[in-house]
Amino acid sequence: MAQSKFTLSRWMEGNGPELGTVISSRVRVARNIEGLPFPYLASAEQNRTVLEKVIAAAGQEAFRDFTWKTMEELQPLEKQVLVEKHLISPFLAREADHGAVLLRRDEAISVMVNEEDHLRIQAIMPGLQLEEAWMEADRYDDLLEAGINYAFDEHCGYLTACPTNFGTGLRASVMLHLPALIMTKQINRILSALSQVGLTARGLYGEGTDIIGNLVQVSNQITLGQSEEEILRNLGSITRQIIEHEQNARQALLNENRAQIADRAWRALGLLKYAQMMNSQEAMQLISDVRLGFDLGLIKGVNHKILNELLVIIRPATLQYLAGKELSGVERDLERPKQIRKRLNQFKESA
Amino acid sequence: MLCQECGKEEATVYISKIINGQKSELHLCKRCAREREELDFTFQPQFSLHNLFGTLLNESMRGSREALRAAKLQCPDCGLTFAQFSQIGRLGCSNCYGAFQEKLIPLLRRIHGSTRHGGKVPRRSQSSVRLKRELERLKEEMQQRVRSEEFEEAARLRDQIRKLEQELHGGGV
Repeated sequence: MAQSKFTLSRWMEGNGPELGTVISSRVRVARNIEGLPFPYLASAEQNRTVLEKVIAAAGQEAFRDFTWKTMEELQPLEKQVLVEKHLISPFLAREADHGAVLLRRDEAISVMVNEEDHLRIQAIMPGLQLEEAWMEADRYDDLLEAGINYAFDEHCGYLTACPTNFGTGLRASVMLHLPALIMTKQINRILSALSQVGLTARGLYGEGTDIIGNLVQVSNQITLGQSEEEILRNLGSITRQIIEHEQNARQALLNENRAQIADRAWRALGLLKYAQMMNSQEAMQLISDVRLGFDLGLIKGVNHKILNELLVIIRPATLQYLAGKELSGVERDLERPKQIRKRLNQFKESA
Repeated sequence: MLCQECGKEEATVYISKIINGQKSELHLCKRCAREREELDFTFQPQFSLHNLFGTLLNESMRGSREALRAAKLQCPDCGLTFAQFSQIGRLGCSNCYGAFQEKLIPLLRRIHGSTRHGGKVPRRSQSSVRLKRELERLKEEMQQRVRSEEFEEAARLRDQIRKLEQELHGGGV
């Protein structure tokens, strides 16, 4: 395997509102084709039909910036890289039959085929841009619908494999960086209040994953009854409140422990630059420390773009993809600082 | 008893865990317990939603004759039985909703707090769904006007409703 080129997704580019606390905003809608069983129950033949139908529906001019990647043709590492960039789900990478993804060139839009539902249309944008992400997803949903008969019931809305997605089929989420709320242990109080407003919090890679690198994903739980706009408004306004709490907690830290926070950020940057072995959890924590220092104006030499990029390149699959070969756990811990250093040095030269 | 972690403070928190049948006990002081976040259940591994459905469904029907009848419900299209659905938590096709409707509606209410879609409508069903939603809204408004004895306004709404109903049924949409 040759050393491979790594492309930045739109969400990593480091431009967008509220970047100090919101890494990215994501919206996805679940859709199914009328008259065909859902992927897990369908025959290989039926799944192939689904894929063909979607390929035909996406044959329009509006999709000229998109490319198809089937799960069959991708190497396992390439699939995992897409997962680590949040462009496809682990389920699609691992288990889908006749699974495929239609990816826009800027990697802001991905259409997954034969995931849990026939179609999952996703838009992921940098910073707090839920409405913008919804507008994109909505637009491609309309375009695809022109060539596909969606399964829809006027009472229950879009019909999906799992009743938790009935109605709008909409899952909207924000990836938040909340170091101050976590450091001051205020986070649990906030997270447990979320369920009361129909929201849920998870770790970086979705359901059942832990909080690492102070990153928390907040998403809507309810999809039926509310309109898309209501769901997004609810998530947006709660997100703004969380941002405010985080900013207050940061300000308090800054007032009381300025020197310690700055020291922590500089030490983290030092370790990222000079350490020889590093596991991904440590790297995530260090990136978070540097990010906090940068957002508080205590540290220079980085920006949001490079910090976002680091978040992805330190992950196991992307790391191996960049190295151009499969690596054991220890080999990855050796490779990780090299890749981090390379990025940080490139950044220094370009600055 | 002193805290088993720091050995300094008085242990005030007793933690007993049973994981896969293995019981472990810990006596900690408040501070150490907080640091270990032993008392934080927020990010314990989440059990899957799909298993939850089974529980939700079975709870409401346990032991009843109805449960047996419901388990035999089957989707005529994909062949999925209701018993299978309550185990895997996923429907087999878009017609399962129709086949299991009576059992699904209470479930949807428990998950979403609602059983009525209020969002986007595919273009092809737009005109009829929009009309129906408009009708519902008008009927509600008419009831309100009647209650507040604004009969003139209510009559105007009634005529509007009739017109829309004709459009809906006669217009072939």
